[in-house]
Amino acid sequence: MSIELEQQNELKELRAEVTDWIKHNKPADPGFLLPQTFMEVGSEPVLDFLREWQHKVWSAGYLGMAWPEKYGGRGLSPAHQNLVDAQMKLARAPICFNVIGLGWAGPLILDKGTEYEREKYLKGILNAEDIWCQGFSEPNHGSDLGSIQTRAERDGSDYIINGSKIWTTMGNYAKYMILLARTEAQAERKYNGLSFFLAPMSAEGISTQPIQKLTGEYGFTETFFTDARIPADCIMGEEGQGWRIAMQTLQYERGAEAGAAGGISILSIVMNDLLKMAAKVEREGQPLLKDHVTRDNLVKLLIEEKALHLTDKRLGIPALCADYPNSLSLSGKLRSTEFYRRMRQYAQSLQGTQGSLYVGDDQAVDGGFWQRAYLNNFSTTIGGGTSQVQANIVGEHVLGLPKD
Amino acid sequence: MTRKTNMALAFTDEQSMILESAKGFCSDRSDITAVRSLLSSASGYSADIWAEMVGLGWTGIAIPEQYGGSELGIGSTVPLVESMGRNLLSTPYISTTMASQAILRGGSEEQKAKWLPLVAEGSVGTLALLDNEDWGASATSCQLSADMQLQGTKLLVNDAAVADFFIVSACHNGAQVLVLVEAAQLAEGALGAKVLIDETKRACNINFNGVTLSPEAILPQSEAALRDIKLLGALLTAAESTGSCAAALDLVVAYLTSRIQFGRLIGSYQSLKHPTVDILIGMDSARTLIYHAATVVGDQSLDQDAEIACRMAKAQATEALLYAGDRAIQFHGGMGFTYECDAQLYLRRALWSQHQFGDAQHHRTHLASLLLD
Repeated sequence: MSIELEQQNELKELRAEVTDWIKHNKPADPGFLLPQTFMEVGSEPVLDFLREWQHKVWSAGYLGMAWPEKYGGRGLSPAHQNLVDAQMKLARAPICFNVIGLGWAGPLILDKGTEYEREKYLKGILNAEDIWCQGFSEPNHGSDLGSIQTRAERDGSDYIINGSKIWTTMGNYAKYMILLARTEAQAERKYNGLSFFLAPMSAEGISTQPIQKLTGEYGFTETFFTDARIPADCIMGEEGQGWRIAMQTLQYERGAEAGAAGGISILSIVMNDLLKMAAKVEREGQPLLKDHVTRDNLVKLLIEEKALHLTDKRLGIPALCADYPNSLSLSGKLRSTEFYRRMRQYAQSLQGTQGSLYVGDDQAVDGGFWQRAYLNNFSTTIGGGTSQVQANIVGEHVLGLPKD
Repeated sequence: MTRKTNMALAFTDEQSMILESAKGFCSDRSDITAVRSLLSSASGYSADIWAEMVGLGWTGIAIPEQYGGSELGIGSTVPLVESMGRNLLSTPYISTTMASQAILRGGSEEQKAKWLPLVAEGSVGTLALLDNEDWGASATSCQLSADMQLQGTKLLVNDAAVADFFIVSACHNGAQVLVLVEAAQLAEGALGAKVLIDETKRACNINFNGVTLSPEAILPQSEAALRDIKLLGALLTAAESTGSCAAALDLVVAYLTSRIQFGRLIGSYQSLKHPTVDILIGMDSARTLIYHAATVVGDQSLDQDAEIACRMAKAQATEALLYAGDRAIQFHGGMGFTYECDAQLYLRRALWSQHQFGDAQHHRTHLASLLLD
């Protein structure tokens, strides 16, 4: 039997195995609306639920499958992890919520870390004992990471950190933070003065203040550093390499092939879900799906979704991307996040008078899922560079239009 | 309602080569000066360029080898037509391809053996389907009597003045059929040229009264062929529109990166930059959808996935082009209001294209039945 065929059979067996496992282990309705992303872990019960779930997934051997065994992985291929993730997604299993660990810090440590760091950090990322958060954005600097002001000053065997970070997802629950701070204030180019740290959140002088989101829930903190002292060996790489490492970190989250541990990080909402919801609604005395205006709007969204979902395949065909080669990749965030924003807004509008209900009302359509999803979606059209900044990037770097 | 979505998108090496050579050919033969020089000409296209295209084998791409073609499938015409759209290169290519597809999909062995080699060698054919403004009409008022007399007028027959043959829809013994009418069978004065909003295109109304046909003129598999050519025509129009949309985008980008107002290149203004990105995104979606459709249409009768793909491609591509053409005029300011500015060519193309083979609303109405019921 060829190696390829062998792997195909192995994957086929794995599919059957994981499908069966999910059937027996997918948790019952916890009595609250499941977080759609890791940015919705706003209370202890939600945290406990997700921590227990991720631990269970890892214990079963379905997380970090392509990571080496000695760090808690299984030494298999990214294809194994992708297959498991696809089945989890299909079954609408809860997310693996330790996203910064699984998709950013973990792969970075695996790729660039020392042996000591790998042994210290990786297993705790997979089994959900150590939650990780990310400290890049700062108040007043939004998407412009080059302007980071938080200072890290070397003092003997420590660095002393002063400043503050914002939009720290799970900052109040995290044990570690990947932290971008300025070690050289007078660097010639502002990106050169930054350094990258794996900082313990328990260090004295670090405090967090939960931020209440527009949904009324929590999930982020503002994080303050007041003469916080962290061991000097927390630095990744050398002083001044922070920007480069941070940019590298962003590459891993693209999937198991890129080094991420895997696990589904988002409960995706697709048009099919919207159609199922719409099928339950009436308008003008007849089923909503018979209304012509609604039908036309739904089809418009379906066309858009199809083009969006086919993007990756077209990216694999360079001949079809010849005139603006980086167009699809650079516009990806803008296209998808804005599509989902409009789709979710539309979903709420379709609910008739029930659209005025919200999470917590027992008559809210799908438990208020769509309302909350719409409001939360702004985290994607704002976070990681607003849609307006994204449009500038596409205009300037794809079309070659001049800067402001 | 929950149906599995066909997500196929493939492009063969052969298709890549076709695209490469088509891009080169079309930009070389059809720069904007050449396009403009043909606007007021009678035929609207260059016979020499058409002959070159025939010589390159383009008219035979979707025709089986046994009938003198290269049998690469109708999907392989998509990169060709996209390239033509990109350079506003008008020829009877789409019309002829659709007429030959009608014969290939609905014709008898004799019809195929006679006409398909002629098409491969450069004969021009076209479709005559419309009775009125309603592309979505399910019947036709054009009658083919029991003794094979045609009675009726067809509207907006593309490239009619240069066509050697017509595929005409008519009602015969209570059913809709496609019949093949040769140009020589038309009465004198049967063609009435129309004034089109897109000056690169040509069309006529045709009065078929008095044409007498032999029974062999009827395409035996008319019903299936009619359905297929309506969808494939939508796909090719979408491909052409996508190309034109890309060209309109290039025009906008060129202006935004050279025109200075209030001391700045106007492309630096976000009010112009962001909608230009929207043009790009619309064009990219269209391109993705036309090549998805090109992947799923085959030589067999089109299945539901292919129908969905063709309809989506058409709805997306012509709306993307309309947006691009409209914004191209606006962003050129006063210049955009002139005939001299090329932006009008794209807007006029958009306004024409949206009504070829069903407008976006028509396709969405059908998609709604396919996707929501």
